[in-house]
Amino acid sequence: MEGRDELLALLRENARYSTAELARLADMDEEAVEEEIAALEAEGALRGYQAVVDWSELDRERVRAMVELNVTLDRETSYGDIADRIVKFPEVTALRLVSGDYDFAMEVEGDSMSEVSWFISEKVAPIPEITQTVTHYVMDSYKENGIEFGDGDEDDRLSVSP
Amino acid sequence: MTIEPSARAEAVPPSGIRRFFELAEQQEEVISLGVGEPDFSAPWSAREAAIASLEQGKTSYTANRGKLELREAIADHVAAHHDLAYDSDEEILITTGVSEAIDLALRAIVDPGDTVAVAQPAYISYVPGAIFAGGEPLPVVTRPEDEFTLTPEVLTESGARDADVLVMNYPNNPTGATMTREQLEPVAEFAREHDLTVLSDEVYAQLSYEHEHTSIATLPGMRERTIVFNGFSKAYAMTGLRLGYALGPAGVIEAMNRIHQYTMLSAPTTPQYAAIEAIESCDDEVAEMRDQYNRRRRFVLSRFEELGLDCFPASGAFYAFPESPWDDSDAFAEALLEEEGVAVVPGDVFGEGGEGHLRVSYATGLGELKEAMARLESFLS
Repeated sequence: MEGRDELLALLRENARYSTAELARLADMDEEAVEEEIAALEAEGALRGYQAVVDWSELDRERVRAMVELNVTLDRETSYGDIADRIVKFPEVTALRLVSGDYDFAMEVEGDSMSEVSWFISEKVAPIPEITQTVTHYVMDSYKENGIEFGDGDEDDRLSVSP
Repeated sequence: MTIEPSARAEAVPPSGIRRFFELAEQQEEVISLGVGEPDFSAPWSAREAAIASLEQGKTSYTANRGKLELREAIADHVAAHHDLAYDSDEEILITTGVSEAIDLALRAIVDPGDTVAVAQPAYISYVPGAIFAGGEPLPVVTRPEDEFTLTPEVLTESGARDADVLVMNYPNNPTGATMTREQLEPVAEFAREHDLTVLSDEVYAQLSYEHEHTSIATLPGMRERTIVFNGFSKAYAMTGLRLGYALGPAGVIEAMNRIHQYTMLSAPTTPQYAAIEAIESCDDEVAEMRDQYNRRRRFVLSRFEELGLDCFPASGAFYAFPESPWDDSDAFAEALLEEEGVAVVPGDVFGEGGEGHLRVSYATGLGELKEAMARLESFLS
């Protein structure tokens, strides 16, 4: 269990660590690392490994929006049923059921504002159970997946000290 | 006229660390494994508490002994973490870094001619501190075959039975050695038998990776003859805020406070606010930093093994202490710096017993550690 937690912590920190590096850092055999990761994947606990991209550093428009969704349920339709329909769209990057004033918090990504707007009004809003959408376009991003997007602090320590 | 330095100042040579600092500064693209402080910054909530205290105009002196609220927080903290019971009114003194606390302790208990046994290799302040206090330093050289732990054998061999004071530092800078309760027991027995006062610098207490840290003051009959030092520099990454503390019997803390009130008055105020917050709410951050150091420790030790570099499994602080591939560790460290741009500190800087070894600090990001090990590999081949 300890090795498993340590591996998860390491992969969440940097999913590009090689097996050899993970073994060194977690003090495990390479074989044990491979086995544990395979087990975590088979259990569905490890769902993927993705890069954290700061699009503003690239000359590329990437539009993202947080969308609040309100829905009505009936005897035949659960939150899960509605979610199943929404997550199928590749434009949707995250969908969470939340507490508070609305039901779902949805994140959407596209190449332009018109594309994202069109997707929400033409694909999401018409879903019969959805009663209201409120769209917030992301204007700037300062931290994603635990990674700060600033320039970082410079190491201003003395190069050699007691 | 020229101002002549006193004999006391002249008695102590400049630190050997300085030379390596200057060499490293002259070079470009240096990866430094020579740094004796964390690469993290203090937890944000601690920094914010310091900022808030400034916004509220808290810029006056505190009590000589430090803010009572901080002393109370320290009393609770050391009781919970290290099984140490000290009274916040009489037995705790907040100082400007652990360095000040050690200087105060030596000046408060050492009379001219007293022998101060110093377990070495060790942090560079103890021997000069003993000299400034008028004492005679006596090196007690720990051995690689004991993984640099302090043993009754080396104490006996060095003549420490006639000493008045013993200074020790575990988890240790520069070796990364730690001592278990079982290993401390015979040292405690030696101290009781030969009536030694023990100054135990435990500033790395929260960075022990293989076992829980044990303070020697918790061993039978040791509390009354021990002064424990700890601070916020290492575990909370607050080196520059200069805040430490001493724990000891009321009498000696009173004597230390007497010197402190005339020389320092009180430890700086702003860091005391940061420290209260650090103790009260930053356990998770400390644990996270400890996990990071531990990963790097494993990485460095496993790379040393691969490179055939002889190194005992350092288990504390953020240092490894491999044997220098060349007999002359100074020459090796200098060549490694010049040819590969990797700075390490030769062991002889840390007193007797350090020669022939290198202090490698892993308080550096993993990416840099990887690159440094690759450069070391190319240098060795």
